[in-house]
Amino acid sequence: MQPFTTMTGLVAPLDRVNVDTDQIIPKQFLKTIKRTGLREGLFYDWRKQKDGSQDPLFFLNQPRYQGATILLTRDNFGCGSSREHAPWALLDQGFRCIIASSFADIFYNNCFQNGMLPVVLNADEVLAMMTDVLATPGYQLTVDLGSQTVTAPNGTRSHFEIDPFRKDCLYRGLDAIGLTLQHEDAIAAYETRRKAEAPWLFTDLRENLGRA
Amino acid sequence: MAAQTLFDKIWDSHVVRAEPDGTTLLYIDRQLVHEVTSPQAFEGLTLSGRRPRRPGATLAVPDHNVPTTDRTVGIADPLSAKQIQTLEGNCRDFGIALFGMNDIRQGIVHVIGPEQGFTLPGTTIVCGDSHTSTHGAFGALAFGIGTSEVEHVLATQCLVQKRPKTMEIRVDGVLPTLCSAKDVILAIIGKIGTAGGTGYVIEYTGSAIRALSMEGRMTLCNMSIEAGARAGMVAPDEKTIAYIKGRPLAPKAELFEQAVRAWQQLITDANASYDATVALKAEDIAPQVSWGTSPGMVIRVDGKVPDPHTMADENTRKATEQALAYMGLTANMPITEITIDKVFIGSCTNARIEDLRLAASLAKGKHVAKTVHAMVVPGSGLVKQQAEQEGLDRIFTEAGFEWREAGCSMCLAMNADVLQPGERCASTSNRNFEGRQGAGGRTHLVSPAMAVAAAVEGHFVDIRTWR
Repeated sequence: MQPFTTMTGLVAPLDRVNVDTDQIIPKQFLKTIKRTGLREGLFYDWRKQKDGSQDPLFFLNQPRYQGATILLTRDNFGCGSSREHAPWALLDQGFRCIIASSFADIFYNNCFQNGMLPVVLNADEVLAMMTDVLATPGYQLTVDLGSQTVTAPNGTRSHFEIDPFRKDCLYRGLDAIGLTLQHEDAIAAYETRRKAEAPWLFTDLRENLGRA
Repeated sequence: MAAQTLFDKIWDSHVVRAEPDGTTLLYIDRQLVHEVTSPQAFEGLTLSGRRPRRPGATLAVPDHNVPTTDRTVGIADPLSAKQIQTLEGNCRDFGIALFGMNDIRQGIVHVIGPEQGFTLPGTTIVCGDSHTSTHGAFGALAFGIGTSEVEHVLATQCLVQKRPKTMEIRVDGVLPTLCSAKDVILAIIGKIGTAGGTGYVIEYTGSAIRALSMEGRMTLCNMSIEAGARAGMVAPDEKTIAYIKGRPLAPKAELFEQAVRAWQQLITDANASYDATVALKAEDIAPQVSWGTSPGMVIRVDGKVPDPHTMADENTRKATEQALAYMGLTANMPITEITIDKVFIGSCTNARIEDLRLAASLAKGKHVAKTVHAMVVPGSGLVKQQAEQEGLDRIFTEAGFEWREAGCSMCLAMNADVLQPGERCASTSNRNFEGRQGAGGRTHLVSPAMAVAAAVEGHFVDIRTWR
């Protein structure tokens, strides 16, 4: 996984609350068996007008936000389905950092699995940035994971909280499965202990399912 | 030992190791797999040369893409067909048990888990699907995960987690006639909001919850995610044990007796405390209808479409205006004046045998309105078979409902069952997001009873007074 340390990037604003994963990437793009190439589906229905043509007003269609790497949005971003296609599509579009006043749990978690940083700032900070980005072409932010700060062009610095373990994994680009496998002895010891107290949990499902 | 909640007991019995900062390696007893969120996980295993740690702890089934029409002719959409073939190939290569598309036991992953006795009290269950919360109805800790974590569990049988907070949602009293678990959970989401449960595991308690059947508890826990909570649970009791006994994957004989003794300990201790508590009175819960594009945008059937002009909070007002524009509704319109084009009875929320029995009892002797197209999609092949043995299929078809094969169908419209732009649907599913049932489609979430009444009348009616 690609490490995330610090980045300065163009900010794109999505000024809506409760953006769900069905909006981020609609169902027809979930039929893929790959993780890549999902940019085409990102906000697919919102990008289009009723006649099917691209809506020039939708933020991602505006020339000023081309090349954006930071998405700025509002409360409860990523609610709904667990589809990891949502962060995959955002990443494929070039977003490595998403700043919001809150996130849905599963989406928040999925970001870290893909080298992406979801940043939670308070609603006032997000509102101020939203106002500035809309008013200022070329508006950029600097996100520094090490110091857990977001710095605006005027020097205003906002601090964000992040779980230390997640921070470390993201900062060093660690393979999460590889880390867990370092504890294979502990897993095996747990299984031995648990099997003694709850043996019914260790029945092989395949043995109890006859052929149809 | 300190007093513990149901959640505490399950969590503590699954800790493999815990770091001083609380980061926990949590053991996962069982995983369910479907075709949409698993291909990249199996690909990841292949690329890293890893094998499943316990292939016998996982059960797979295709459900999202399957057609609900005649399957002997195959799947018309080549991408859907490819995704299902990929699941079959992966299960073969990695030794995972699979119910194929034409197996009578095939169905929606959250319907077949309980049906097969896969879902047991006190277990940790995951699936690459947010409605995994359904299994919490049995007193399991069950939650949805992303595809990377599907791979993580296949490879290690563990997940790295931080302990969530606990929330008690207590519903005491007796529900009004024909008000169901669906109305309870919609009323809860209306009260606490779609992010009200974020960061929490919910335990549903109180006399109204105890009175629910297992099917009702599954409906309730299913939509915990719509309140923002990854998991919801109900403590196991006699109903739970009676439901599990004798199912194919349930423990047998002496092992069953031993398991029951352990399950009887799975209750929240009298002195245990939750991080948050919410209380509702069952008598206050009316039939619910969602009017907007988020499950929190829901109101009593005897209410009116909200008026954004009366809203002080700018975000709420803007979101309401956007929702009304998308839904094609005007403020202050009575809910019972909303006319509908389609009715969908199905999904992991409301497609179990009890849902179909109730819907059929209300549809009997009536007929779907001329302006409405209505379909019933059973949750599994076995639910379908049971319903047909009871003659429910004939009641539905005589009343003008289509009777389909099992699957997720129009809940998320990945197969051919799709709303056309502008079409309005009364749906027993769980999400009313923009485009969820088809681009431009308009979804109103309701209970099965409310869906039948709406199908017959062509508009929403108050089921409490419908004859």
